[in-house]
Amino acid sequence: MSGAKEIRTKIASIKNTQKITKAMEMVAASKMRKAQERMRATRPYAEKIQNVVSHLAYAHPEYHHPFLEEREARRVGLIIISTDRGLCGGLNINLFKTAIGAMKEWDADNLEIDLDLIGTKSNAFFKRLGGNVVSTASQLGDAPSITELIGTVKVMLDAYEEGRIDRLYIAHNVFVNTMTQQPVLKQLLPLQGADDETLKTHWDYIYEPDSKPVMDALMIRYIESLVYQGVVENVACEQAARMVAMKASTDNAGNLIDELQLIYNKARQAAITQEISEIVAGAAAV
Amino acid sequence: MPITLHVDIVSAETEIFSGTATMIFAPAEMGEVGIAPRHAPMLTRLKPGEVRVQAESGEELSFFVSGGMLEVQPHVVTVLADTAIRAADIDEAQALEAKERAEKMLTDKIADIDYAKAQAELAQSVAQLRAIQKLREKARQ
Repeated sequence: MSGAKEIRTKIASIKNTQKITKAMEMVAASKMRKAQERMRATRPYAEKIQNVVSHLAYAHPEYHHPFLEEREARRVGLIIISTDRGLCGGLNINLFKTAIGAMKEWDADNLEIDLDLIGTKSNAFFKRLGGNVVSTASQLGDAPSITELIGTVKVMLDAYEEGRIDRLYIAHNVFVNTMTQQPVLKQLLPLQGADDETLKTHWDYIYEPDSKPVMDALMIRYIESLVYQGVVENVACEQAARMVAMKASTDNAGNLIDELQLIYNKARQAAITQEISEIVAGAAAV
Repeated sequence: MPITLHVDIVSAETEIFSGTATMIFAPAEMGEVGIAPRHAPMLTRLKPGEVRVQAESGEELSFFVSGGMLEVQPHVVTVLADTAIRAADIDEAQALEAKERAEKMLTDKIADIDYAKAQAELAQSVAQLRAIQKLREKARQ
């Protein structure tokens, strides 16, 4: 039987792969639900702190926070949030493409770039290709906690406050739905004021003890919460992308098995026919 | 009906409490404050401690916060609770760690990005993905 045994082992091996991808698909689906849940849980804080910050933009404290000041850019900071693991389709690649596109433009404008990389994949990518990386964080897991981000965000905020960078951007994936994840790049600093017409009257907070420490603490928390949200959303994107990628490979494995099965059946049939004709020929000769 | 104010207690990772109250007490940096409805707008930091909320029913709820911010508007009080223990020196140590990680990663540091190489590589990956997609569409037909 020509190659029938080889075909059989090949089918068995593809079946094993299919089992693995199927399992990964199901794991990713359940993790995605949890990640979406987590994404929803972070929303109240983000909305509330956003409210407070936009209130602040209309209050008139004697202290003007540097995060609200627009200055001429000479050097920009970019926070890139990637996944820790692969096998999630084009998720990271599309994000890097967006980031590299923007970086190339900045480079053409003679702006220097400081990078803050979150996630193992971005670390690996920029390690290979170079870039001025000033801080990193990785292995945040499926349930990232804000504690792990404080340090790496502080590096960038300090740089901004000390005037080493003049703009701060963040790049991460946005969860549109299970099938679509959109890479986005947006500006964090200086803060861009939200428009809320109802608040445009003259009033101010009572600051305790003083406007400076209160605003400092608030602004840091605001930026941290934005970065944290980006990280949580990116986890949801990762799981969704992995689910889709694994579903595709499970389907592909199925197609491959069907094709191989057909070839195997043909080979078997041919072998049987040949044997019969040999027997018949042998009997006729006797 | 007593005058009430809306209270939201949220942390970065989850929502802790949302509802109406007649009074709320919080451990502000300068000492504990009690906020009644129609309080003047106020913004302050919180110390680790207990936030007590007097609900409309007269029941008192209490929550522990490890610091955070308190925003008061005449009819809305927002507590932005920290989940992490915050102190200047702890934050500093974490920032240093993040920097060290970056330095360790880039022992053979190349400060200039090779944009041409990066774009070529990305374009290749994108092309691969597109080819896979096309193959899949073909297989489906």
